[in-house]
Amino acid sequence: MAEPLDDYIDAVSKALALPLEEAWRPAVRANLEVSLRLGRMVDEFALPDETEPAPIFTA
Amino acid sequence: MSAKPEMTASEIASAVAGRKMSALDATEAVLARIEQHDRILNSFTDVTAERARAKARAIDADIAAGRKVGPLAGVPFAVKNLFDVAGLPTRAGSKINRDLAPAKRDATLIERMEAAGAVLVGALNMGEYAYDFTGENIHDSPSRNPHDTTRMSGGSSGGSGSAVGGALVPIALGSDTNGSIRVPSSFCGIFGLKPTYGRLSRARSFPFVASLDHLGPFARSVADLALAYDAMQGPDADDGACTTRGLEPVTPLLDESISGLRVAIAGGHFQKNVFPEAVEAVSRVAKALGATQVVDVPEASRARAAAYVITTTEGASLHLDRLRKRPGDFDPAVRDRLIAGAMVPAPLVDRAQKFRRWYRAQLAEIFRSVDVLLAPATPCTAPKLGQVNFNLDGVELPVRANIGIHTQPISFIGLPVVAVPVPLEPLPIGVQIICAPWREDIALRVAHALEKMGAVAAPAPRGF
Repeated sequence: MAEPLDDYIDAVSKALALPLEEAWRPAVRANLEVSLRLGRMVDEFALPDETEPAPIFTA
Repeated sequence: MSAKPEMTASEIASAVAGRKMSALDATEAVLARIEQHDRILNSFTDVTAERARAKARAIDADIAAGRKVGPLAGVPFAVKNLFDVAGLPTRAGSKINRDLAPAKRDATLIERMEAAGAVLVGALNMGEYAYDFTGENIHDSPSRNPHDTTRMSGGSSGGSGSAVGGALVPIALGSDTNGSIRVPSSFCGIFGLKPTYGRLSRARSFPFVASLDHLGPFARSVADLALAYDAMQGPDADDGACTTRGLEPVTPLLDESISGLRVAIAGGHFQKNVFPEAVEAVSRVAKALGATQVVDVPEASRARAAAYVITTTEGASLHLDRLRKRPGDFDPAVRDRLIAGAMVPAPLVDRAQKFRRWYRAQLAEIFRSVDVLLAPATPCTAPKLGQVNFNLDGVELPVRANIGIHTQPISFIGLPVVAVPVPLEPLPIGVQIICAPWREDIALRVAHALEKMGAVAAPAPRGF
């Protein structure tokens, strides 16, 4: 039975028209799990609503 | 006077300007050394011999005619192959980019180095699309560590580390998004400068993560690092993130006393996830500088996490179309990371960028009471080529993604760093000299003082 993350991977690969061969899936999933774990670390940190993102842009 | 491999850029420039050695002789010596040793080191992907000879002859003609030459007159250098070199496709370590049309114009930093008299001799091996800390490359094979050729050069500027550490060239240029100058500097036992974000122009170099990409020099002495850095400074309208600050030359300041500077050891995250050699290296540098204070850098682990998220998503965005059209032509390890990066939800990326702003403010506060922070450049000395995992603080982790665990929280907010080599046995390892934004002068002065004390030095290559 497919895991929820596999369903998500299938849905996003279709939405973005990204190729995904079955042989690549374990590595893609493992990498995504790491990114989501690290993303959660960031998400858990409370920031003021007014916080500006950091990238530099000059017109 | 004949050119010797151990000559620094400063010595070569002085000998050439003083007519003791010709620029052509200096160039031929380097080309011969590349021919002799690069079959083992594999640091070069392109050798631009004819271009180099033509440039060297032009410098010699200027000197013969009594015209003024630059501070790098006759100094051979090479660049990571993500820099545009006129006449070459900018491969950026990939197979795919080899199909690009040859670049029509050199990268800004090459133009500035050559304007100062330096002589480009070629382009250097690197990890595919710079998404790498190992120096391995499945298309071009790995560049090798000059102190033990069975070991990694470090990435992603692996060829730059290998070529300078192996004394093939006195100066190389590379890029650093998460540690790609500091990691090869550490593994190859050389000095590397990652300047403040926006200090040096990235124009006409192949990007990776726009909001984190930096370019900078490698050398075997701090004076050479400063010479190259000074030659490359200045605004550039061709890079939207490049500073409008004027030139701030460091070479004239290198010998200024560092006695008034407040130096501290970065604590917390930077004292975890380390092998004993990294602890020893930081300890030696701290002792030489008389530093005993430990300053906790708040939320550095989270900063590393945020850098990771921004990198994987901005990198995926850059390569989205190539992932669709030519997925089979990527290194599978890079492709699978990038595909996963494309799937990270957008709010996490936005939060990572907002956290970056918060974290920058914390470091700014620390730099109100401290001038220099010391931290490991890598958690260990160079691992064996092909090594997949290592054990950090009791946890088995992938080498490829975790070598930069101490560099990522620093480049995340663009702080200037000089990586200095501590010549431990059997392999060297680097320490980061970290300063407040725009204070490369302090980092270079401290590195220079450490070099004069003998606490840090680039060991002679002995692996080939």
